[in-house]
Amino acid sequence: MSRSQVESATVGLEQQLCTFLVRGLLFGVPVERVQEVLRFQEMTPVPLAPPVVRGLINLRGQIVTALDMRRLLAGDVELPDATTEAAEPMNVVMRLPDGVVSFLVDEIGDVLQVQDGQREPPPVTLAGRIRDLVTAVYKLENDLLLVLDTHRAAALSIGAEKHES
Amino acid sequence: MSDMDPVIQEFLVESHEGLDRLDRSLVDLEQTSDRETLAAIFRTIHSIKGACGCLGFAKLEKVSHHGESLLSMLRDGEREMDTAVTSALLAMVDAIREILTAIESAGDEGGGDYTELIAILDALRRGEVPAAPAAAAPPPQTPVPASAPDAVAKAPAPAASPSTAAPEAATTNDKPRASETIRVDVALLDSLMNLVGELVLARNQILQFGVNQQDSAFSATTQRLNLITTELQEGVMKTRMQPIDNVWSKFPRIVRDLARGCGKDVRLEMVGRETELDRTIIEAIKDPLTHVVRNSVDHGIEMPDARVAAGKPSHGTITLRAFHEGGQVNIEIGDDGKGLDGDRILNKARERGLLTADQAARLTPREITNLIFLPGFSTAEKVTNISGRGVGMDVVKTNIEKIGGTVDLATEAGRGTTLRIKIPLTLAIIPALVVTCRGHRFAIPQVSLLELVRLEGEQLRRGIESIGGTSLYRLRGALLPLVHLATQLRLGSTTESQEAVNIVVLQADGEQFGLIVDEISDTEEIVVKPLSKQLKGLASFAGATIMGDGRVALILDAVGIAPRAKAQRGADSLTAKSGDGSGQTDADRPQSMLITAIGPTREVAIPLTAVERLEEFPVAAVEQAGDAEVVQYRGAIMPLVRVAAALDAQEAGHCDPLQVIVHSRGDSTVGLVVDRILDIVHDRLVLERQTRRRGTLGSAVIQGRVRDLVDVEGIVRPHLADVSAREGGTP
Repeated sequence: MSRSQVESATVGLEQQLCTFLVRGLLFGVPVERVQEVLRFQEMTPVPLAPPVVRGLINLRGQIVTALDMRRLLAGDVELPDATTEAAEPMNVVMRLPDGVVSFLVDEIGDVLQVQDGQREPPPVTLAGRIRDLVTAVYKLENDLLLVLDTHRAAALSIGAEKHES
Repeated sequence: MSDMDPVIQEFLVESHEGLDRLDRSLVDLEQTSDRETLAAIFRTIHSIKGACGCLGFAKLEKVSHHGESLLSMLRDGEREMDTAVTSALLAMVDAIREILTAIESAGDEGGGDYTELIAILDALRRGEVPAAPAAAAPPPQTPVPASAPDAVAKAPAPAASPSTAAPEAATTNDKPRASETIRVDVALLDSLMNLVGELVLARNQILQFGVNQQDSAFSATTQRLNLITTELQEGVMKTRMQPIDNVWSKFPRIVRDLARGCGKDVRLEMVGRETELDRTIIEAIKDPLTHVVRNSVDHGIEMPDARVAAGKPSHGTITLRAFHEGGQVNIEIGDDGKGLDGDRILNKARERGLLTADQAARLTPREITNLIFLPGFSTAEKVTNISGRGVGMDVVKTNIEKIGGTVDLATEAGRGTTLRIKIPLTLAIIPALVVTCRGHRFAIPQVSLLELVRLEGEQLRRGIESIGGTSLYRLRGALLPLVHLATQLRLGSTTESQEAVNIVVLQADGEQFGLIVDEISDTEEIVVKPLSKQLKGLASFAGATIMGDGRVALILDAVGIAPRAKAQRGADSLTAKSGDGSGQTDADRPQSMLITAIGPTREVAIPLTAVERLEEFPVAAVEQAGDAEVVQYRGAIMPLVRVAAALDAQEAGHCDPLQVIVHSRGDSTVGLVVDRILDIVHDRLVLERQTRRRGTLGSAVIQGRVRDLVDVEGIVRPHLADVSAREGGTP
C-alpha cells in the first residue's frame, strides 16, 4: 500500500491499539478497554474449570478470572514460534461488558496508532478458532496486527462442568 | 426532628426530592408535551398520595389526590396541558410543600386551607376555565428553580394558596435539616468495601512485620492503624445495611388495595421495621415477601361476614415481624385468617398426582401443610382458588433457600397461618470453614456444616467401610456416605497411607454426607464474591473469596458437590445390591419418587430430587432446533427429551398438552416428556440390577408394583452436553 493511500484514509479514523504477543502472533485490543497491564500475578487454580481458565487473581480486592490466550489458541492452528508455557505470562486486564477479565499473554508490545486504511478483513483462509477471534487485520510495515475480539475470547472460555461418564 | 418517626422523616426527604424534580418538569411540560415526563410527575404525586394514606395525613392526601386526578387526565390524553393547568399544578406543588414543611416543623399538617385550590383543580378536570377568585394570590415567586422563573411569570396563576411565599422560605431553610441523608451509588459502596478489604490485608501484613520491630513508636502506630481499620471496616459494612422497612413500606398500600379489591377489611401490623439487613438480601426477599403477603390477604383472611360468624373481629390482621436472633434475621408473616385446610391440600395433592391416598393417610399435619411447597402443587391458577394458598409457594421457598434461608409454615384451622423465614444477616460476609486439599484452599459456608470428625489409628482402620468402591462411615450408628474432595474436584489420587482422616459432615438438599479433606484449618469470616461468567457453570463452587494472605480461595457449594456424590453413590450401591441384597446402604432409606406413565402400560419412577418443576406445554409450543425438540421456557431454550424414546418404550400416542418434568443442572434445564404424571411415592428403593435396561438404573418394587428407575443423569447428559457445545465448549 502506498503512503498516500494511508494518509488519505486517516481523517478521524485512527485507533489506538494496545498490542501483545501470543505464540508469536501480534494481537491488538482497543486501548480504552484495557484497564491495566501487569506482570505475572499469583493465581488460584480452579479445579474442573475449562483449561483456558488459568486461575483467579486478586486485583486489589477484585477477583479477576485469568484466561490463557496461549491455551485458547493452542491446538487449533499450527502457530509459529510456540512459546513454552513455562514462561510466566503477562496480564492484560480488560474491562468487558460482562466484567473484568485478564488475558494472559507472552509479551506486551507498544500502544500503536493504526489507521483505517491499513485495515483489512480477516483473511478467509484463516482456519479454526483464530478465525473466530480476529475481527480485522492491520497491515503494519513489518508485521500483521490482529485485532482480537475480546468478547468472543471471553465467551469461548465458558465451559460447563463435565461429568464423569 | 430527632424524635420524629423515621418513616415520616424518610417520607419528607423523598417527597422533597420528588417535588424539586416536579417543579422543573411541570414547566418543561408546558412547552413540550412529553408523555414520559408526565408519567414521572404522575408517579411522584401518586407515591406522595399513597404514603399519606398510610401515614394519616388527610389534608395532604386530599390535595395530592385532586392533583393526581387532573394529572391522570393529562396522562391519558383527555386534557391538553395549558397555562392554567400548569399554574394550578404548580400551586398544588406549593401547597404540598407547605404541608410538608408544617409536618416537618410542627408534626401536623398545619392550618392551611386548600379548598380553593381543590376547587380549581376540579374545575380544570371538568374542562372548565376556573373563575379567577377574588383572593387570587400573585404567582409563587420562590418555589420554582432557577431554570423556570420566566415560564412562571408568563403563566399567571389563577390562584395559589394565600400563604405560599412564607412557608416556601421556611422550606428552604429547613432543607438542610431534612437532608441529613444523602444517596450514594451502590457501586461506590461496593468498591469502598473492596478497598477496606485490601486495607485489612495490608494492615495484617504490617502487624506481622511489626512483631519483629523494637521501635515503640512504630508499634504504637500499628496499634492505632489496627483499631482504625477495624472501625472503618465495621462502618463500611454498616453502610450496606438497610432496614427491612425498605421492603415493608410498600405493603400497607398493597394490602389496602388488595383487601379492597376482594371486599375484605385487613389491617397490617408491622413490628421491627428497623431490623437491618444487607442490601443484597433486601433485594432477594422483596418478591417472595410480597408474594406471601398477597397470599395472606387473598386467601388467608376470610370475608368480613365469615369472620363475624366465626366469632372473630370483622377486620383481619396481618402481622409482619422481624427480629435478629443468633446471627440470623427472622421474618414472620402471620394472619388471623382461616388457616390452611389440610383435607383440601391433600385432595389437591392427590388430584395433581403428587401422592397416593395410602401415603396421604400417613402424613403428619405438618407434612401436609408443607405439601404446598412442592413444585407442581400450584402450577395452575385454579389450584389457588380452592386450596387456600399456594401460587408459586415453591418459588418463594426456592428463592429464600437460594440465599441460605429457611422457610417454615405453621397453621391452625380457624386461627390463622404464620410463615417463618430465617435468613442470614448478610450474603456478603459469611462465616466459613477453611479446609485444604492437595494444596488447594477452600472455604465451606458454615450454614451447610454439621460437624467435623477426625479418625486416627484404629478408628481409621475400622471406621471406614467400603461397598463397591464407595466409602461409608458409621456416624453414631447411621451410615454416612463419604466423598473425597480430591477425587470430586480431580485434584489427584487419594493417598491410601494416611494416618488420619478429616471428615467434614455437610448437609445438602436434606441429605448428609461426609467430605474428606486433607486438613481443616480454621473458621473465618469471608467476603463472598461471585465467579465470572466463565466459571458460572461449575456447580461445585458458590463463589470465591480473598483470604487473609491476599490470595484467592474458592467457596465450595455443598449442594453442588452432593449430587455428583449421589450419582456415584447410586451407581455403587447398585453393585452392592445386585450381590446378596444385604448390607445396609443409603438406598435403604425411603426416597421420594415421581411415578409417571410411559406408553400404555409401563410405569417408571424418577427420583424427586431430579425434578425441578412439573410443567405442561401445548404441542404447538414445541419447536425444532436442529434435530432436537425444544420449547421456550422462562426466557431460555429448553431441550425436550422423550423419556419413552430414551427407554425404547412405546409412546402412548399424542398427548396435548405435553407433560414435562423440568430437570435442571447448573444453568441449563432439560424437559423430560412423559405421558402422564401418576403419583409421588415415598418408599424404600431396593434396585434389582439384573433387570437393568437402557435409560434405567434398574427396577424396583415400589408401592407393590415393579417399576423402572429412570437414569435421569444418563438420558439428559447428551442434551446438556449439546448445550455447552453450542455455547462454545473448550477443548
